Amino acid sequence: MTANSWGGTSEHLLRELAPQVLGTVIRRFHDFYSAEDAVQEAMIAAFMQWPQDGIPENPRGWLIQVAARRLTDQLRSETARRQRETATVVEADTISPAPNITADMDTDDTLILFFMCCHPALTSPSAIALTLRAVGGLTTAEIANAFLVPESTMAQRISRAKQSIKASGIPFRLPTTQERALRLPTVLHVLYLIFNEGYTSSIGSQLQRLDLAREAIRLTRCVKALLPDYAEVAGLLALMLLTDARRAARTGPDEELIPLTKQDRTLWDRSEITEGIALLTAALGKGSVGPYQLQAAVAAVHDEALRTEDTDWPQILALYDLLKRMSANPMVSLNHAIAAAMVDGPSKGLELLTTLDADSRIAGHYRLDAVRAHLLEMAGDHPAAITHYRMAAARTTSIPERNYLMTQAARLVES
Amino acid sequence: MKYILMMNTMRAGQGVPEWPKKDLQAHIAFMMSLNKDLRESGELVSAEGLSFPDQAKLVRAGNDGAPITDGVFPESKEFLAGYWIVDVESPERAYALAARASAAPGPGGKPLNMPIEVRPVMSAPPREML
Repeated sequence: MTANSWGGTSEHLLRELAPQVLGTVIRRFHDFYSAEDAVQEAMIAAFMQWPQDGIPENPRGWLIQVAARRLTDQLRSETARRQRETATVVEADTISPAPNITADMDTDDTLILFFMCCHPALTSPSAIALTLRAVGGLTTAEIANAFLVPESTMAQRISRAKQSIKASGIPFRLPTTQERALRLPTVLHVLYLIFNEGYTSSIGSQLQRLDLAREAIRLTRCVKALLPDYAEVAGLLALMLLTDARRAARTGPDEELIPLTKQDRTLWDRSEITEGIALLTAALGKGSVGPYQLQAAVAAVHDEALRTEDTDWPQILALYDLLKRMSANPMVSLNHAIAAAMVDGPSKGLELLTTLDADSRIAGHYRLDAVRAHLLEMAGDHPAAITHYRMAAARTTSIPERNYLMTQAARLVES
Repeated sequence: MKYILMMNTMRAGQGVPEWPKKDLQAHIAFMMSLNKDLRESGELVSAEGLSFPDQAKLVRAGNDGAPITDGVFPESKEFLAGYWIVDVESPERAYALAARASAAPGPGGKPLNMPIEVRPVMSAPPREML
């Protein structure tokens, strides 16, 4: 087997097996902290050996055996050290090796890992890093590169996250159905954050950066397979696919941002749109409509319009009405105001924005200025629009966004 | 050898946001292509652009350790707009890169010739000293 033919499929296989192997090893050794390192070592060993020796007959069993052996060796040497220190003579072989742990495999292990890594006790950056490493099977270097931080910083973040899990004494078991309903939003939120990080930073030629948006989609597919009856899981997956579908059209040749209304829609990925819409339709049929499904529905309405002017704004407005009632989030109110402006004219949208000025969560946020500038331009008040485009440019923390907003202001000055 | 190239710009008035669209786009394209070249030559360690100075706060610890912030700066003050850290063969190469950045196009496409402060970045001690 050549290294080339090995590359694609087997790397995929390894990443797929990582959480299953880790789950089994944790259940066997009751130590997330050490198990995680041992599994990473086993993965690295597989990367080195499989291209030469070929993929073993039972790859999962192979990885579990290697990880368990590492862990057993480690525990033995720790026991030996402790014995030397206390100078007591105990039977040397206190840790029994794991002869046949492939038998007690459980597909629920991957799901338990998701709940463990996305535990509410962890901060979002910790939960994200841990999920990518433990469930995603990525190396610390890959994760560090994806977030543009030094590898040592990311290693420390992961190590602290593992310590918090150890300290909190979270048991390695599947949450009950009741707990699951409570904890699932945290898991979905972590996946949503990973996707957003990937989607927003995909601007520019970020050479050799790991594709976090695709990784988020892969992990969400995995949760969807494990929890097929939760409509919001399908809703989130649909939202990701329907958003990712526009990726190629989002930036121009010079890496500049292209807003939705100006995108070349022939560049949108039709297969992602078809899959997203099918997922969403099935999810909506289940009855329990949640915010992810509604956001996916908005994305679907945009994706279904072949030309900007075909966009069904009344339907988008109706969806934002529902979303607004479901979650009092100022970002939702902002989008609601845009939809209202498209249906009832810019003055209606601007009127809705005034209520947001009093909301401390969004007052002073660049998005509020950017939307106001856009609506003022629609209303024909160019001087005020220029002021707000510039205010938004000064407040955004994204350089492509700043460039876009400054260019908008300059365009109006010249018109 | 690593160097930091610090790009200083003046405060509002002659600021980038007021430039005509064509000049703005030329400036942005220039910076993009500089960064692309640095990435491709393997010399780029990191590059960051900073927010406009009206977002800047000067922070000191008060007697109780709580932050005391100060945010109004004189119009004439020069501000760090962004920086590059490059890993290059020689100081001359660092100076050449700084000169290229300095000549970024401004209004009317004229080179800005803005001052770029170049300083060596301290590194870890050599192995023998450890």
